Amino acid sequence: MSDKPAPAFDPRDRAWHPKALVSSYNSTTLRAPSQPLLQMPPTVSEVSGPVFGHTELGALDADMIRNAAVSGDPVGERIVISGRVLDEYARPQANVLIEVWQANAGGRYRHVRDGYLAPLDPNFSGYGRCMTDSEGRYSFRTIRPGPYPFPNNGCSWRPAHVHLSLFGASFAQRLVTQFYFEGDPLIRHCPIVNTISDPKAVSQLVATLDMDSQVEFDSLAYRFDIVLRGRNGTWFEEGRS
Amino acid sequence: MNLKKTMKETPSQTAGPYVHIGTLPSVAGIYVPTHDTPANTGLEGGTPIIIKGTIRDGGGELAKDAMVEIWQANAGGSYGPGRTGWARSHTDFGTGEFRFETMKPGTAGGQAPHVTFMIFARGINLHLHTRMYFADETDANAADPLLNLIADTDRRDTLIASPDPESNNTWRFDVVLQGEGETVFLDI
Ligand SMILES: [Fe+3]
Repeated sequence: MSDKPAPAFDPRDRAWHPKALVSSYNSTTLRAPSQPLLQMPPTVSEVSGPVFGHTELGALDADMIRNAAVSGDPVGERIVISGRVLDEYARPQANVLIEVWQANAGGRYRHVRDGYLAPLDPNFSGYGRCMTDSEGRYSFRTIRPGPYPFPNNGCSWRPAHVHLSLFGASFAQRLVTQFYFEGDPLIRHCPIVNTISDPKAVSQLVATLDMDSQVEFDSLAYRFDIVLRGRNGTWFEEGRS
Repeated sequence: MNLKKTMKETPSQTAGPYVHIGTLPSVAGIYVPTHDTPANTGLEGGTPIIIKGTIRDGGGELAKDAMVEIWQANAGGSYGPGRTGWARSHTDFGTGEFRFETMKPGTAGGQAPHVTFMIFARGINLHLHTRMYFADETDANAADPLLNLIADTDRRDTLIASPDPESNNTWRFDVVLQGEGETVFLDI
């Protein structure tokens, strides 16, 4: 590591993020820490992070319509998702690895532990990856996932959603989230969405229909922009953080 | 610098029980020939070690659906390059145990040797961040800036892995999400 000081991160705004313990989402009841988090300014361990290369991606990683196809295209609504990854200072984030997972058009995951009665699609795995370019832009092609039920105070339903995992340049920027689709009436009923208190924060997770990016006679398009933590202008010296 | 924060960070959402599809596809049962996510950090030099542990909830049950990532310096105290020093594992569906093969880290930035842990799972709305230190680094641990922020020594000990009496160079780091023996989680 060089001796050059690195810019620091502010603490996360934890009132904007979902709370850890939310009784309407049962799984949090025994998994939410009861003690306050220990706050400390970032050190070299958080300001650094794994860096991935474009060459690590497979040629079809960003094409979830084709990357698991064995006998044809998967069933469902063909969509393109695209957007930009920025930081809190609106600066584009280049070379961000985005990992994607989702259910198929019937709401079933290809996962050894998913036993939902909707059928698997032999041509769809729900696995994908992509990486942002130098302008922070990303895109991938997939099938719109279906809603699915899960046990939670009886039966709750998830709105159609896609899971994303992001690696910025620092481990402090690590983010796992989900996005939803504009106009889905299940969004307001979802106990997982509702772990977020501020409606403006929820709206940040809703992908919007993007007619300009459609592929004519092929796919509809949705836009989803993502914001990672930003390094502020305060500089800290390594080892003395 | 004249920077203005104009945007809010995208809110986190739980990784859910099917996190493996996107992060460890072979664990979900999906074969992706181009996907390589090692339980090995790729580090060279120093002492080879194995890190093992479990994640227990507030009711004493093992979390068997979690995904766990580590990030650490090499034996010389440097991070990287690339993704060297990073690895990913999951808590086994049967035993509930995660496992990493790596090298013991050195002192980095005036801190005692440690491994950063990030935990992702159903019911965890924003991933949990913690650190593993080594029980045999008594002096370095006593001087570590983070450990010294934890006044309660019982709580401080939740971050210190102990050698596995049954196997050489194996360190046990058992995480408790809630309640008695709750691990110290970080906001860094
Ligand atoms: Fe899901």
